[in-house]
Amino acid sequence: MLRYITRRLIAAVFLLVLVTAVVFFMFNVLPTGDPAALRAGKNASPQQIELIRESYCLDDSTLQRFARYVAGVFTPYQNEECGVDGPFDFGTSIFQNNEPVGEIIFDRLPATIYLVAGAVVLWIAIAIPVGVISAVKRRSLLDRTTMITTLTFISAPVFWLGLVALYLFAQDIGVIPIFPGSGSYNTASGLLAKGWSLFLPWVVLALATAAIYARYVRSQMIDVMSEDYIRTARAKGLPESTVIRRHALRSAITPVVTLLGLDVGVLLAGNAILTESVFNIPGVGKELVTAIGQSDYALIQGIVLFGAFFIIIFNLIVDIAYAYLDPRVRYQ
Amino acid sequence: MTNGALLSVEDLRVHFDTDDGVVKAVDGVSFAVEKGRTLGIVGESGSGKSVTNLTILGLTRAPNAEISGSIMFEGADLNDVESDALERVRGNEIAMIFQDPLTSLHPFYKVGKQLVEAILVHQDVGENQARGRAVELLGLVGIPDPERRIDEYPHEFSGGMRQRAMIAMALTNDPKLLIADEPTTALDVTTQAQILKLIERLQAEFQMAVIMITHDLGVIAEVADDVLVMYAGRVLESGTLDQIFYDPQHPYTWGLLGSLTRIDRPRLSRLAQITGQPPSLIVTPEGCHFRPRCPHAFDRCTEVPALEVRGGEPGHADRCWLPPAQKHALRVVESGEIGLEAPAAAAAAPGPVPDAAGTGA
Repeated sequence: MLRYITRRLIAAVFLLVLVTAVVFFMFNVLPTGDPAALRAGKNASPQQIELIRESYCLDDSTLQRFARYVAGVFTPYQNEECGVDGPFDFGTSIFQNNEPVGEIIFDRLPATIYLVAGAVVLWIAIAIPVGVISAVKRRSLLDRTTMITTLTFISAPVFWLGLVALYLFAQDIGVIPIFPGSGSYNTASGLLAKGWSLFLPWVVLALATAAIYARYVRSQMIDVMSEDYIRTARAKGLPESTVIRRHALRSAITPVVTLLGLDVGVLLAGNAILTESVFNIPGVGKELVTAIGQSDYALIQGIVLFGAFFIIIFNLIVDIAYAYLDPRVRYQ
Repeated sequence: MTNGALLSVEDLRVHFDTDDGVVKAVDGVSFAVEKGRTLGIVGESGSGKSVTNLTILGLTRAPNAEISGSIMFEGADLNDVESDALERVRGNEIAMIFQDPLTSLHPFYKVGKQLVEAILVHQDVGENQARGRAVELLGLVGIPDPERRIDEYPHEFSGGMRQRAMIAMALTNDPKLLIADEPTTALDVTTQAQILKLIERLQAEFQMAVIMITHDLGVIAEVADDVLVMYAGRVLESGTLDQIFYDPQHPYTWGLLGSLTRIDRPRLSRLAQITGQPPSLIVTPEGCHFRPRCPHAFDRCTEVPALEVRGGEPGHADRCWLPPAQKHALRVVESGEIGLEAPAAAAAAPGPVPDAAGTGA
């Protein structure tokens, strides 16, 4: 197992370099993408642009600059002349006072992690019971009602759901402010206060995903309930509740874990973008929107790289979890 | 046959309401199983043999299932008791093993854990004690090195091993009745024979009654004391093993016996076959269900014949309108072609039953 993980981690590094290459060259062939001109500002003279180009070593070939970037990110490479301070040097943001990209991202990450973690707990807590009950009471009125409700939430885009939630429940501006004191994430201090301010975003982010997961859990459960080993469990004389919990849910949950790992990776990679924007949460996704708007290439590149990192890591976690959950995978 | 019966099923009907119509999976089945004896139920796929037995354990209970009739076991009607009372019977008084041992064990739990679970649900013993019993049972069903193999997962067992583990699980609570639903169908021929021998040995050891469901007359010949021939949700003929094999009364039974490959007969150019397909269980034929495929059908066959003693010995009942004398004549004629034992010869020499183990009916 350890060998497997090591192998996967080495592969992950190569994958990250590949992602870096794609992003790096993409921005370098874009017509608007002269980093020196962007950095020099609006009314800069050609001389000023040239000066910047030289001082940041931007006059080197694309390949050279790429090699330097990769070296700065992944190795302890130092180059004072070009301002590279590896490892983990993702460059600096043009529009945020030359602040290192790494620091900006690390500054934004806690908000995103907090948002995603809370939402995950909530959506799992909703989806599994709803999915299981719907599967067990299949075709009942309850099942039909939940399935229509989940379809509604799946169909409602997050930004719309978010705005409706704000309009109805937010403090000060809401029609029924059911979370008094749940101010902005930015002004809240302490984990608890921040959590309280994230409550509405959690619900909004969780509902849409919970709906998808509930339907998925339901269909998995329905499949598993017709398996031969469920019949065996019943024939043993186990109470139906035990059959469902210990035998059916145990099997049905395995593919859900796969889905969950991938979704969490993607959300941490900046896919919570809509929720963060609507609720003005200073997370990575919101930062990405800003960066794209300003053509802040170093920052975009850094966030994409972090995103790729999260996705790769969570993929690995899923594979390890799978081996733990399904003994048949373990020995292959 | 009902004297001292352990299990007695009376006019059992199991109908499923589906989008295509009402499926009459079991349509008036009656039989009894006596203590310590083996009842073989034989029939094609879809004849209702599995549904009948799943219903005994209440495993067909569903919102769309309509079940009527009585299933008397130890003084209680299993069709009439609450689900939790049934749970106390399942795996405890009546145990069941299934056709496909590859899919009948939970793939995520160790074999031992699944056995221990079966013990703990019915017995008030500690985990260690249950584990000891599980090891003992695995050894009893012929799994080598049970101490070690108890901690293995089902996918580390071969097909035959898994069926042995299933049998061990069925025996955990010393059941009075074991229902074996085609326990050898998914196994290769040598393993089939071993599993049948094992079931026979354990039956004597545990003094159980056994219901052996199969489509394989060879298996029936091997293990059964009494036989039930089922077709399209009904019992067409019932009697002792010798009665069914040496004095079959129903044309369907003739067809089944005639389609066996037999080592004691000259090789025929072609095996006899029952032409046509089993009927749909939604739109069943009027009268006798076998009528559309029966070469001897006549006017009266549009009425449903009752299962009663007609031409056979006492206790040997069938559902066929043909007059006994005519049946006799027809069968003698047919026996030349399909290799049926002539009744006179059988009476003279009731020796070994046709041995066709593993040939598939």
